[in-house]
Amino acid sequence: MRFLEPDIVKIGVEAADAESAIEAAGNLLLQEGLVEESYIEAMKEAYRKNGPYFVLAPHIAIPHARPEDGVNEASVSLIQLKEPIVFGHIMNDPVQIVFGLGASSSDEHLILLKKLTGLLNDTTNVEKLSNATSYDEIKNILEMER
Amino acid sequence: MMKILTVCGLGQGTSLILKMNVEQALNEKGIKADVEHTDVSTASSMEADYIITSNELAESLQGHSAKVFIVNNYFDMGEINNAIKEHIES
Repeated sequence: MRFLEPDIVKIGVEAADAESAIEAAGNLLLQEGLVEESYIEAMKEAYRKNGPYFVLAPHIAIPHARPEDGVNEASVSLIQLKEPIVFGHIMNDPVQIVFGLGASSSDEHLILLKKLTGLLNDTTNVEKLSNATSYDEIKNILEMER
Repeated sequence: MMKILTVCGLGQGTSLILKMNVEQALNEKGIKADVEHTDVSTASSMEADYIITSNELAESLQGHSAKVFIVNNYFDMGEINNAIKEHIES
């Protein structure tokens, strides 16, 4: 189980559009062997098919696909976008933070979602994550939640 | 027992997050309900009293026998509490 460790968090990412932002969050998981290439394709396909419903809160997107699309380990990555990007959500655009969710069918999946919910139920954390300029700042936010 | 579905595109991630926060809100209000998370196509053929989902997916659930209502911010307990108050408690 992996949750926002330094090698799956990237700050100030430049992306041209929603799909490339999803790809950037997915690539962090791919580089660590946590998901397969096919999973990133499935995340983008889910966006094309079902729209931006995974923009769950103002400025926050949590793209994901199904465990069988190619997840090796339950995991959550984070990219903070340099420039906010429009995903097409009626209320929560533009997106600044993208959490790449490697959804597994194990209990770890539930633990990760609980951690993420704990983090994001506090709206000041969203602002802090958007403004963070280093991993240390993000680490501080995560430690406050423990 | 009241049955509530939380619905997302795949039934894997976001609907589960919504379920956790809806259950917390219901507990605090002392409302007993069976909350299940699922994907949008499965939801169309399931029986329920209420369906809670995002604006995008609510459109494809029009015509469902359950009362469908929307939450825009899945992490805003205030919004979730208000939505439950408006649609379930009233």
